[in-house]
Amino acid sequence: MNEEELVEYFRAQVGKDPDMASAVAAIRTLLEFLKRDKGETILGLRESLTWATACLKGVDSSVAVSSGGELFLRFISLTSLEHQDLSRCKKVMEERGELFLEKISMSRNKVAKLCHTFIKDGAKILTHSYSRVVLRVLEKAAAEKKRFSVYVTESQPDAAGRQMAETLKKLNVPVTVVLDAAVGYVLEKVDLVIVGAEGVVESGGIINKIGTYQMALCSKAHNKPFYVVAESFKFVRLYPLNQQDVPDKFKVRRPFSLFDGFPSPHSDVLTGACFPSQYKADTLKSVKNLSEEHPIIDYTPPSLITLLFTDLGVLTPSAVSDELIKLYL
Amino acid sequence: MADSGVTDGFEKTDGIERAKSEGKELTKEEKQRLRKEKKQQKKNKEKKDDRASQESGREKQGVSSAASAPQPSAQSAAQKAPSAVPAPVPVAASEAPAPAPAPADKPAKSKAELKAERRARQDAERASKHGKKGDPGQPGAAGKPKAPTSELQPVVKRLPEHIQVDNPDVLKKLAKKLERQQIPLRLDYGYKVSLFSHLHQYSRKAPLTQQLSIPSTVIHPAIVRLGLQYSQGIVAGSNARSVALLHAFRQVIRDYTTPPNEELSRDLVNRLKPYISFLNQCRPLSASMGNAIKYIKKEISNIPSQCKEEEAKSKLLHCIEWYIKEKIILAAKAIAESSIEKISDGDVILIYGCSSLVNHILCEAFEKSRKFRVIVVDSRPRLEGREALRRLVQRGISCTYVLISAVSYILPEVSKVFLGAHALLANGYVMSRVGTSQIALVAKAFNVPVLVCCETYKFCERVQTDSFVSNELDDPDDLIVTRNGRTQLENWQQEPSLGLLNLVYDVTPPDFVDLVITELGMIPCTSVPVVLRVKNVDQ
Repeated sequence: MNEEELVEYFRAQVGKDPDMASAVAAIRTLLEFLKRDKGETILGLRESLTWATACLKGVDSSVAVSSGGELFLRFISLTSLEHQDLSRCKKVMEERGELFLEKISMSRNKVAKLCHTFIKDGAKILTHSYSRVVLRVLEKAAAEKKRFSVYVTESQPDAAGRQMAETLKKLNVPVTVVLDAAVGYVLEKVDLVIVGAEGVVESGGIINKIGTYQMALCSKAHNKPFYVVAESFKFVRLYPLNQQDVPDKFKVRRPFSLFDGFPSPHSDVLTGACFPSQYKADTLKSVKNLSEEHPIIDYTPPSLITLLFTDLGVLTPSAVSDELIKLYL
Repeated sequence: MADSGVTDGFEKTDGIERAKSEGKELTKEEKQRLRKEKKQQKKNKEKKDDRASQESGREKQGVSSAASAPQPSAQSAAQKAPSAVPAPVPVAASEAPAPAPAPADKPAKSKAELKAERRARQDAERASKHGKKGDPGQPGAAGKPKAPTSELQPVVKRLPEHIQVDNPDVLKKLAKKLERQQIPLRLDYGYKVSLFSHLHQYSRKAPLTQQLSIPSTVIHPAIVRLGLQYSQGIVAGSNARSVALLHAFRQVIRDYTTPPNEELSRDLVNRLKPYISFLNQCRPLSASMGNAIKYIKKEISNIPSQCKEEEAKSKLLHCIEWYIKEKIILAAKAIAESSIEKISDGDVILIYGCSSLVNHILCEAFEKSRKFRVIVVDSRPRLEGREALRRLVQRGISCTYVLISAVSYILPEVSKVFLGAHALLANGYVMSRVGTSQIALVAKAFNVPVLVCCETYKFCERVQTDSFVSNELDDPDDLIVTRNGRTQLENWQQEPSLGLLNLVYDVTPPDFVDLVITELGMIPCTSVPVVLRVKNVDQ
């Protein structure tokens, strides 16, 4: 499976199910790659998998894809590969790959189950931009017959917040779209803030759509709880010290245009609908002076986060490192 | 029987006195006899006391003042029992008066059989004693009633003696222990500030080696030299001290020969104990040294008994070399690699004092052509920053030098703070040179990220939330400065209300530290217990 086929397959996966996280699509692609691989040695296999992950990162440089890819590799090789026969080893790895996929497709539901109890009747929730996990949580809460209202930030430059509002209206949840600049204004009315995450870093902080850091700071000042909902495959081995320390490749992305032939013009930036390769890698390569570019994500330090809801459980930011050590070491 | 013991003792004590004055190590037999003699004397006293106390009525077990006579002997017996192999003799002698002819029997039975007997008896007695007595380490625990130990497991933790200097009973016990190991006791010097009166304070002008007689065969000369280097500050810094300690132990092991009828694994550990006490007297052990010693003791006691001496010695030397290589040298390399990712071009890095690890990191980063400049912060009385400054400037790194009083002035320029650590405590607090927590606090106020670099062998299980409980007091005379030929504080001892305090360490809370870089990776300060847990599982 060469690079073109890989990218094709990835795009196909994303197109098939826009509700699926891009990391899941990436993992499906990697699993397919594993199945089709004709390598002779385990080491060769690992190398080609690493190469495949790198290719996918070139297509969609979101944090989730890189973390998902690495976790996938670790998960399948975390078993005894002592079999003499390469094909048997491969089979074991494939089985574990399927298991991993199954687990993570359930993760969003697990998160929703944990989080919806924190939404009390009559609550006013503030959220940021478009996040499928938050949507799932709110769906579950609505299904439990809870009455709540939602404020969504518009989240420029791609106005993804409007899409969130549309989807929530369909669930019959009262929703208001507010300006990004109005977060401080509206915070005195809300009871809690829930956001999704693109990546959860080692310190317990999160990487998310630009504007999240501001929201977290304001909630801290207002003493409102700031909750993050994220699946466990978003845990990544980064440790940014401040905004500058986040690698540039995550920060630079443009809202995509209609040129690449994707159906929905509102596919969001945040949860990584596939970007055409000519934008992602191009932006990095063509823009000489990245200071002209505006970052599309920011880093929220752990001191501002109250709790993280993941499929591994409800964690405090300091427990994230513990979980990461268990996952990665 | 008692008589024979005493008369025997009289002849032997002369010999022992002679040996002591000559500074020769008492042979095992002599030590045994000394102990037995003391036991007998105590027993006689005890018999008299018993009669007296029985008349006055038995007091509660917990009250320290009565400390009914069997208890001190039981305690001191228990104290001595774990110490050395010859101990079973006095225990057996005190507990079972019938086999008093045991000493006479000794030549009759073989030593090994007797030892086995005694050990069995000792174990049985220890089991029964655990039901009887309370915490063995606290006879004068400020009159606190001892816990009913028959139900409770021995969960009560002993406070280390080096933070109980104001407790005269603990001092007495220390003196006794040192006397037994034939190490001179170092006396505290000068007036201690009352908040720190529970810590030792020694003077550099009175090193412990002055009280050792020459030639001294009790302590290996490499250890004597090391102790002097510690107490005079010639070898300073956590890594340097640990490496010097391990090198000295290597020399000790090379020169060691197993005495006949002894096992290397047990005898060598006992041989090391007086050395460690001596080094502790010269300068309190650091956390890293403590971990290194634990490792060596474990390795020694894991030597199988059928191992030949040469083989065992080479194995131990190899273990020590491996420890130094992996935990200190390679760890430094790994940490440098991780840290270089955090240093970007154009950075202004602030460092404090002289940490070998931080200096190494900065030099490596400079080699990898990162463009940065360094601000070295220094403080009295040690002025270690000058050494760091010298090393960095030699490499060609552009540096600025300030004193710690200027830290809030210089911080707006700084982009990162790199700190070294003396130890990382189990609750995430960082113990480091005094002044570190100040810098971390000011950096936090200016929103500058603080990175602590620390190898995992410095992680310790202790928990501390303030700098008072356990610290080190350096020589107070170091604070005296002479300017223009005048020394204002010359006669500070005469001033009744004046105290000089020269602290060595302080403790930084984890809220001020953004990142800890270890050879296992970058972890937040709160994850130190996780690493400790993982390490324990490994071992």
